Amino acid sequence: MSEPTVGAAPPPEPKPSRRPPTTRLPAAAFLLSIIAALALAIVYWQGGQPQAEGILLSVALGGIGVGVIAWAHRFLPPGPDVEERPLTASSDEELERLDRELIGSEEEIGRRRVLVRLFGAALGALGLAALFPLRSLGPRPGRGLRTSPFTSGDHLVTEQGERVRPGDIAADGVITVFPEHKVSDADASTLLIHLRPGQNRPRPGRDDWSVDQLVAYSKICTHAGCPVGLYQAQRGLLLCPCHQSTFEVADGCRPVFGPAARSLPQLPLDTDDGGYLIAGGPFSGPVGPAFWDQLR
Amino acid sequence: MAAAPDAAEAAEEAGHRVKPPLTPKLVRWFDRRLGGARLARKTLDKVFPDHWSFLLGEVSLYCFVVLVLTGTYLALFFSPSQATVTYSGSYGPLRGVEMSEAYNSAIRLSFDVRAGLVMRQIHHWAALLFLAAIVAHLARIFFTGAFRRPRELNWMIGVTMLVLAMVNGFAGYSLLDDQLSGTGLRVANAIILSIPVVGTWVSSLAFGGPYPGPDMLQRLFVAHVLLIPALLGILIAVHLALVVRHKHTQFPGPGRREDNVYGQRFWPTYTAKAGGLFFLVAAVLAALGGLAQINAIWVSGPYRPADASSASQPDWYMGWADGGLRLMPPWEIRAFGFTVPNPFFPGVLLPSVVFGILYLWPFIEARFAHDDVEHHLLDRPRDHAVRTGIGVAAFTFIAIMLLAGSSDVIATTFGISVNAVIWILRTVLLVAPPIAGLVAARLCVEVRRGEGG
Repeated sequence: MSEPTVGAAPPPEPKPSRRPPTTRLPAAAFLLSIIAALALAIVYWQGGQPQAEGILLSVALGGIGVGVIAWAHRFLPPGPDVEERPLTASSDEELERLDRELIGSEEEIGRRRVLVRLFGAALGALGLAALFPLRSLGPRPGRGLRTSPFTSGDHLVTEQGERVRPGDIAADGVITVFPEHKVSDADASTLLIHLRPGQNRPRPGRDDWSVDQLVAYSKICTHAGCPVGLYQAQRGLLLCPCHQSTFEVADGCRPVFGPAARSLPQLPLDTDDGGYLIAGGPFSGPVGPAFWDQLR
Repeated sequence: MAAAPDAAEAAEEAGHRVKPPLTPKLVRWFDRRLGGARLARKTLDKVFPDHWSFLLGEVSLYCFVVLVLTGTYLALFFSPSQATVTYSGSYGPLRGVEMSEAYNSAIRLSFDVRAGLVMRQIHHWAALLFLAAIVAHLARIFFTGAFRRPRELNWMIGVTMLVLAMVNGFAGYSLLDDQLSGTGLRVANAIILSIPVVGTWVSSLAFGGPYPGPDMLQRLFVAHVLLIPALLGILIAVHLALVVRHKHTQFPGPGRREDNVYGQRFWPTYTAKAGGLFFLVAAVLAALGGLAQINAIWVSGPYRPADASSASQPDWYMGWADGGLRLMPPWEIRAFGFTVPNPFFPGVLLPSVVFGILYLWPFIEARFAHDDVEHHLLDRPRDHAVRTGIGVAAFTFIAIMLLAGSSDVIATTFGISVNAVIWILRTVLLVAPPIAGLVAARLCVEVRRGEGG
């Protein structure tokens, strides 16, 4: 450790001469800060008011800030000061001494090869064992992500839990439905859309999946899982509000724009004896955003 | 003890500045227990170079302090519980609405806890400014070459803190369980799911089950108030210790050399200015928190998984990632029954590449520039046209992605279709960065020529 080597450097340019500084500005700033802080306490005491609290706190803080900085500018030594900066790396002799110490002890330690290996193995085993509690953090992903929230015969209900009849949805209308008793399932929300006659172009094998021009598709975007909430009836397009993936409803909710790469899964529709809408089967594919083994 | 004469000298020095009733006594009390008067004097005598751009890192540090202070206050009232409750507080429009206890406590904190709302809003503004100051600080370090040997490690610590700050900001606004935060978490979950092979496991372990996992908010809370802030605190300490170790860089100029530091001593002038800056930063944040409404969770309402509103946008520092998701063409890899989902490319791969390059930049540049000597004098951006050009290109790339994060807002504001906005931005994303980089590099050369350099 050497003595601190700080010295005053010759000032680079002469400062323009001006009147000797006064304490007026910093003192005023501190006073203002004191007043604001007291006012802040009173405002709080009187029931609080967010705007007043913010402004008064700001003045109380800002007064101290301005005061201290003005003080420094006026009365504290302006510098410039200069300090030496030695090279970062150590000298060669120091390094060689360190080398000798490390290599020397390395040889000492290495002589007991069995102990070295066992010590390494023990640390490794401990590390491995310490990983196991991580498994407690959550259940095995399992098939939950691939199972359809709807099974054949499930009633379609509104968010309030009321069963739905085909006539409940106006032409060009759309409502969000759920499987009965699963209204809170995050992946279960489904769009029931009333198309115009002749508008739908069902995919092969899906001719009988609609009831009275009604079609049902999962509301969960196949891109990132947002609810595909915006229906543009004029163009027959469903739009995701998050990343603007666009699906053509009449064409099996095929993605026609944006990042989504997969159609929204379709739900086959049917009616029960009472005329209420039910699922004619599970969704046509896995619901929601894709993952590694989703299609297996 | 060698420290005794030094301490006396220090006391004497302090003696004729101010009247000395307390200070020498206090100094001796501590020195008898800690020693180190010489070290203390060395520290107080440390010289810091003066330039406005050196304050950016300080601003981010002060934002962190404000975040810890306001965040502690909020944590006294917030409850990260997903249990369902019925709201009965003083905000009329929500009365009788079912919601999670987390959202309920955030609303209560905003309306029924005195000074709660102003604290919450200062906290949110501080987070926004924290990230802005970090990014500006990073840009300053990059464009002036301050990351070069011997500061590569500190650069990497800084990049790590940027990542942690982003994650913690996201975790923070995701805790509130309003409509926006639920939507953001859902997208985050889709990005996690998209990781090949392990995605579903990571999602399940992170949140305690399939989305929305039962432990989701609990886990986010622990990360947001303990894990990440503690890591940030440790890294800030190391970051500053390394600044002390290396001593601050400086711009070239009269009297400034590689082997000296030219500026102001830490005590008292620099301390006063830096301390004053803390109060000014806090003052700006307090004014913003009081006057500029931010994240009005009572407007967006409690999270309903079946709903999403348009103009769902993350906070600004996550906007580039959201923009990437929007600009990505609908590509997905499906082979042998396995899928590499679309969000993987903009959500996992691209950020990994961006941060990978950031981490390695000091070494990449050293390799290409054959530069392995110590640097303490900074480059002016114009002095290093290639680096400046690459930096401008990279920032342009990220800025366009950030812009794309508002594609729907741009479309409605200017009355053009979202599709057109996306196609324009996709094109601009590929074309603009190289042009901007070349123009910047060219400007550097021209400016230097103009100087006769």
